[in-house]
Amino acid sequence: MAATVGIPRALLYYQYYPAWEAFFRTLGAEIVLSADTSKSILDQGVRLAVEEACLPVKLFLGHVADLRDKGVDMLFIPRMVSVEAKKYYCPKFLGLPEIVRCCVPDLPEILSPEINIAKKPARTVAELRRLAARFDRRPRVIDRALAAAKEAHAAYKTLLQSGCTPLEALNGERADSRRGEIRVAVLGHVYNVNDRYFNCNLLAKLRELEVEIVTAEMLPAEAAACGGKWLQKESFWSFGHELLGAGCYLLQEKSVQGVILVAAFGCGPDSLICELIARYYRRFSAIPVLLLTLDEHSGEAGLVTRLEAFIDMLRRRVAV
Amino acid sequence: MRKFTYPHIGTLSLAIEGLLTGLGLDVVPPPPITKRTIDLGVLHAPEFACFPLKISLGNFIEALEAGANTIIMAGGTGPCRFGFYWVVQREILFDLGYDFEMIVLEPPQGQIKQVLDKAGALYGKCSLGQALSALHTFWRKIKALDFLHAQSLVVRAREAEQGATSKAYEAGLLFLKEARTPQEVQENLERALTLLAKVPRDPAKDVLKIGLVGEVYMLLEPYANLQVEKILGEMGVEVKRAVYLSDWIKEHVFLSSLYLPGGRSVKKAAAPYLRHFVGGHGRDSLGETVRFAREGFDGVIHILPFTCTPEIVAQSILPEVSRREGIPYLSIPLDEQSGEAGFVTRLEAFVDMLRERRSGSKKKQLLK
Repeated sequence: MAATVGIPRALLYYQYYPAWEAFFRTLGAEIVLSADTSKSILDQGVRLAVEEACLPVKLFLGHVADLRDKGVDMLFIPRMVSVEAKKYYCPKFLGLPEIVRCCVPDLPEILSPEINIAKKPARTVAELRRLAARFDRRPRVIDRALAAAKEAHAAYKTLLQSGCTPLEALNGERADSRRGEIRVAVLGHVYNVNDRYFNCNLLAKLRELEVEIVTAEMLPAEAAACGGKWLQKESFWSFGHELLGAGCYLLQEKSVQGVILVAAFGCGPDSLICELIARYYRRFSAIPVLLLTLDEHSGEAGLVTRLEAFIDMLRRRVAV
Repeated sequence: MRKFTYPHIGTLSLAIEGLLTGLGLDVVPPPPITKRTIDLGVLHAPEFACFPLKISLGNFIEALEAGANTIIMAGGTGPCRFGFYWVVQREILFDLGYDFEMIVLEPPQGQIKQVLDKAGALYGKCSLGQALSALHTFWRKIKALDFLHAQSLVVRAREAEQGATSKAYEAGLLFLKEARTPQEVQENLERALTLLAKVPRDPAKDVLKIGLVGEVYMLLEPYANLQVEKILGEMGVEVKRAVYLSDWIKEHVFLSSLYLPGGRSVKKAAAPYLRHFVGGHGRDSLGETVRFAREGFDGVIHILPFTCTPEIVAQSILPEVSRREGIPYLSIPLDEQSGEAGFVTRLEAFVDMLRERRSGSKKKQLLK
């Protein structure tokens, strides 16, 4: 029987799952995903994490506990340090394998290769090969697994640029290509914008209000570089770089009527990045910006009221 | 004409003021941190920015009000937020309508020319010899300030009359502030140490030992950490602070810019618990806790600014360190919302628990 590898449906799942899936499938491993985020996963996570941790990390721990209860043989929790030069992921991603090990009891083995392409590209590949060899020793198969991962990631990115949200792409749904009279950018970390439970189904709610949605993934690749031109220093967080870039790109294009920033309560990088985006919009445009800070106490009713008020306001501005 | 200012970071401000004046520059020191400083910072900074960003923003606003027009600030390469402070602070001050320039000292990352350009901007009306002597004095002063501080922690735990140590220490700081040459630093340090030595002590005190770990700014700035060292000291606790600027500068400025490895032993101590750098001081907090445990300290207090990402990683792993190394710890996030009364109560409860624990283990030894 093939070994089962558990992958939590949280954090970078939304960014890299197609690549991870291709990698493990080619190696003949069986993948088990945790359930969709739910109240019980959230409650588990909140109980396991330290109080100060951000909600996405708490959710991640809840998903890990779910996989443990499903009895997987091992967990895949890569240490994601960097995927481009001079940029890092958030410190919590750098220490994620240890956080999980210390906070969640009775875990199976954790597979945590270090992905540090900026500083240790050769070692990153070596670690991935060593990981792959545990499933299949044949170098030919390992090469194929790495190539398959790359290919799957490229295909995923193309799909996103064509207008799919990551969630639609991951669930194999068709892109919602309805055009609306109002176009709103929803900017936030991919795991905040695409976890329906976390954001009270924000995207679907906006679509119910007949709003056309733009996310950072739908923008052309050069958008991310936009932020650097406005600042004297580029963001050293990959997500921050992407967010700032998307914000500044849309500000230049003036192609949206409003911007919704989705941030997790206590997110360190976002506290600064969202502030900069909001300031630039205030300074250089009349486009309204709504900052939604979400945590485990967010109530759906309050969120809907705020969204409706924001969209009503945008409509009135368009009508005038 | 440029009038320079800088953010407060504990006693480092004294040394910076001396250095800039020594370089022949016009200096407007930021007014001492008060409630107003914090209020200004909180009002204009993003809500979830970390506390040091808010305090230093308050420093900048008050210094600009006092007539400064050039801010000297440090940068960083991430992933700790500190390296991005100045970007955000600059935009905030710009929107507030201040006319100013910001000189940012980024880590060299091998680019010598950039460093020289920055140095040129800070090079005032003085000869090269004067500049070198100012730098020399600066370095000596930092070392002297650190030494005096470490001594004061030992004395305060044993003082017979509450507050006597703090009085002597503050007088000592003024001596060091006035020193203008390396020789004067040495002489004034001796004068300050004599003052400390004269503080009457109570030999009957049962002194506990607590190590202080956490985020660097919060440890160094007494206003930010609600004077945790003074409160503990006056409860009869000898505090040892894990971070001193002189060590930090040696490691992060001299060694790392020459690509020499530094801080090996802390990394090694942390390795069983966290093998990877997580930005800021996160891994060091763990390694230092391990070292305090092995040196026989009674407990460790971990101080972090609310929402500090690297320290939250450390906080998540600390329970494991505490269990395996057998050292109790207390982790306290602080920000502008922290009340002093609640803080003192928590410290008292922790210290009481440590005293119980110590007398418990003594009893056990007697029974054997």
